[in-house]
Amino acid sequence: MFVEFIHDFSKILLATGRDVLPILLLITGFQLFVIRQPIPHLRRLLVGGVYVVIGLALFLAGLEKALFPLGKIMATQLSDPTFIYGAGEIPLQADWKAYGWVYLFGAMIGFATTIAEPSLIAVAQKANEVSAGAISTWGLRITVAIGVAFGISLGTFRIVTGTPLYLYILAGYLIVIAQTLMAPKGIIALAYDSGGVTTSTVTVPLVAALGLGLAATVPGRNPALDGFGLIAFASLFPIIAVMGYAQLMHYLSQRRKKIMENKNAL
Amino acid sequence: MITSVILKKLINALQDLLPIIVVIGFFQIVVLRQPLPQMGEVLFGALLVVAGLTLFVQGLEMGLFPIGEAMAQALARKGSLTWLLLFAFALGFSTTVAEPALIAVAAEAAEIASSGGLIHPDTQQQYAFGLRMSVAFSVGLAILIGVMRIIRGWPIHYLIISGYVIVMGMTTIAPEEIIGIAYDAGGVTTSTITVPLVAALGVGLASTIRGRSPLVDGFGLIAFASLLPMIFVMGYGLIIFN
Repeated sequence: MFVEFIHDFSKILLATGRDVLPILLLITGFQLFVIRQPIPHLRRLLVGGVYVVIGLALFLAGLEKALFPLGKIMATQLSDPTFIYGAGEIPLQADWKAYGWVYLFGAMIGFATTIAEPSLIAVAQKANEVSAGAISTWGLRITVAIGVAFGISLGTFRIVTGTPLYLYILAGYLIVIAQTLMAPKGIIALAYDSGGVTTSTVTVPLVAALGLGLAATVPGRNPALDGFGLIAFASLFPIIAVMGYAQLMHYLSQRRKKIMENKNAL
Repeated sequence: MITSVILKKLINALQDLLPIIVVIGFFQIVVLRQPLPQMGEVLFGALLVVAGLTLFVQGLEMGLFPIGEAMAQALARKGSLTWLLLFAFALGFSTTVAEPALIAVAAEAAEIASSGGLIHPDTQQQYAFGLRMSVAFSVGLAILIGVMRIIRGWPIHYLIISGYVIVMGMTTIAPEEIIGIAYDAGGVTTSTITVPLVAALGVGLASTIRGRSPLVDGFGLIAFASLLPMIFVMGYGLIIFN
């Protein structure tokens, strides 16, 4: 087991190293030929870079060892018709009401994987730093995770019912546009960004397994047409959630101000 | 002293993972009612995940963030727009073109397209390669547009909303088989190492250029990088299939 692990780990480490290679080449090239100035604190930066690569490799190796197989097995088990319809006959058309556990699993796994997503941690830290603490790291992460949870849950519902993907995306875009017009200005760019950061190392493999598993087992669905789209949902709804949260906070502080003014007027 | 710092970071990482453990435990025990398979292996994996996340977050603060900001500041101080834009494009393109998630998605898309009779099976590999190139090009272009926006101070919502309109318009004419993949392509292109670097680049630029706020103008690069691939994947489908 140990030898096997070392083998797996070195493979992942190599792959992560390959991911970093173009960035390394690009930065070194620009440093040498364009900027032509020494990099401050070079040693510290290099140590940090090594930490990132080894940390990410360990993280991925652990996920592949423990969470991915388990999550994938669970996704298949939950979408298995014999689990959903019991021992009875499997209907030709899917009954969307029978898939309650799938929706709940989608929501919970979406929330949980988003909390553990390293790129969201990074962006939340940056946002906290840039806003001088006004945007709390955990507040942003939980809001985004709620958005992903809702998105995945709705996405599994879409796969079960077989309704066209673009209708949901269109509706989502319209909501985003309406919110953009009303939301506090400072949050807009960050909200748009939070759509893209939610779906990487942890979320994508699990969610893709859930989507393809569902599309393959739900009666009347075609994996090629219906299996996709969960990731799109997971990148759309965090935008709505983050702007919604900012709007709510804005509204509450306005109301508090008004109440205070009324009190003072009395 | 050092041990307490490490302990604190480990506890933070454990907190990040707690929801996953709770969800999997709940479904395994309450809903599916099956014992956890290979308990030892799972625990060992979880331990690796915690250690890895701890190291990653530490390296983020020490390495990735400062590098991104230092590059942004050095390029902005140099005052050459061409070099800055070239750097932005190269960063987006080079980090995406070899991204394993993208390679997997492109191969899958080629398979679907050939089984749907849209392309000849012999050209499947060529198709996947073209798809990869167009996505990588679109991410490069996205970072370039995003950097341009920070410099010029364009409001982000006009750009993003026009992007949405284009996506919707193309959806009506793109072949049905490509739509799902195109929508998902937006989410998979930004990798875990690219995101912090790009975020630091944007914030670094916005804080260097006078009149820009790091919060209002510094973010948004990732948003472009997840929007443009959708347009390009559908566009690629349209060009190839017609």
